[in-house]
Amino acid sequence: MAELKLPVSEESIRNLEVGDFLELSGRMITGRDAAHKWLMEDFREDVAPYLKDSVIYHCGPVVNQKDDGSWEFVAAGPTTSIREEPYQADVIARYGLRGVIGKGGMADRTLTGLGRSGAVYLHAIGGAAQVLARAIPRVEKVFMLDEFGVPEALWVIDVERFPVVVTMDSHGGSLHKVVENGSKTKFDELLGRKG
Amino acid sequence: MFEKIDLKETFTELVRRASTELPGEVVEAIRAGRNVEDEGSLAQKALDTILTNIEMAGDSSAPLCQDTGTPVVWIKYPVGVSTRRLEEDFTEAVRRATELKYLRPNAVDTLSGRNTGDGTGRAIPFIHFEEWDGPGLEVRMILKGGGSENVGAQYKLPDTGLEAGRDLEGVRRVVLDAVVQAQGKGCAPGVLAICIGGDRVSSFEHSKEQLLRSLGDTNPVPELAELEERLLVEANELGIGPMGFGGKTTVLGVKIGFLDRIPACYFVTITYMCWADRRAIVQIDEEGGLTWLS
Repeated sequence: MAELKLPVSEESIRNLEVGDFLELSGRMITGRDAAHKWLMEDFREDVAPYLKDSVIYHCGPVVNQKDDGSWEFVAAGPTTSIREEPYQADVIARYGLRGVIGKGGMADRTLTGLGRSGAVYLHAIGGAAQVLARAIPRVEKVFMLDEFGVPEALWVIDVERFPVVVTMDSHGGSLHKVVENGSKTKFDELLGRKG
Repeated sequence: MFEKIDLKETFTELVRRASTELPGEVVEAIRAGRNVEDEGSLAQKALDTILTNIEMAGDSSAPLCQDTGTPVVWIKYPVGVSTRRLEEDFTEAVRRATELKYLRPNAVDTLSGRNTGDGTGRAIPFIHFEEWDGPGLEVRMILKGGGSENVGAQYKLPDTGLEAGRDLEGVRRVVLDAVVQAQGKGCAPGVLAICIGGDRVSSFEHSKEQLLRSLGDTNPVPELAELEERLLVEANELGIGPMGFGGKTTVLGVKIGFLDRIPACYFVTITYMCWADRRAIVQIDEEGGLTWLS
């Protein structure tokens, strides 16, 4: 399993292909439904440096605030990415993201955006909230907590050996397309229809 | 009745168990899936991670998944018990469980977009009451994750595109379609909880109730038992696999119930439950004694 340090260069990202296992280390940021809409409504200068050459994690964590005021992630698996399809390619281009972590994959608009901007889609294991929370030893800061609430806020986090699989790369490859096409062929066969 | 018993504490424990521990037969089904996947495949690695996660959540009494879902609850109560009090106590238990981090603050005011902060909101938790002859209470709960809820589906038969008529073959065709549409997005391998018949509301409610059944049980209606078995095999032949990575383990179980319908309607409702098939069931006797059934 290869290790990938964040922030990361476009060249390193373009070397990745569908099926690669990676362990990420470094700084990233979470963001989901409310965050993506907000990131496109205006250029958010205070958040932008945390997105540049890093990745955004589609995650709504369970978070504990310790007595000293600092935060820790208690449970932190990925959420379904396809809801961000209307925004994702533009968020990547606008803020210079090198990748997205989520689950379930994304569609053509994002796939095209990954190729154009030099970015990848990284699949984390859905529901593996404990395994993934333990790969997040530190929460650095949080944006929009009061406005969006705990699950939807943008959390800046440090990760160590955070496990993901490349399922969409910057060369037009998508594991999700391959699996979907295969399942549709089999479906037609089970229903006694011609493909 | 039950005035001297701290139901809030028991309900909080019910929520903790559901959020942090999976029923044994669900874990066994995941392990069996892991063992049939190709050695070193993405599918096998995904299931290994899931099995590790289940162990970690149990050991540390922490949520299996950060989406702790909608608490959907069915309470059977004897004559004379106030359902209003039961509802208040359960809602308070959800607040406590959220405070204790067994649940994420998971309720959002739909109009303002603001998180309510304490895990409760309009119809959250969602509680069904049923009076019964027993002297005690029976409380059954599922935690229904949102990613999988989004891939649930309701079909009305006949469905011309799928060549699905108003019979069990028609049901089979639309259920397989729902699995293909869902791909890995409902956190496969999932459980298909199905209701045939009813109206749009009762059909969804009854489909969710199928999730209270043990994965290993046998449907008492022979033709439904047969269809459950067949759909389990065929859904897994689709090759979608864990997380949609491709593989042999797409579905862990299929459970089918039915309601009667009016002549104009023939609904087939599929509730898709993620691999984190969380449920907990407890019986509470008049003295406050507890029997955990799941």
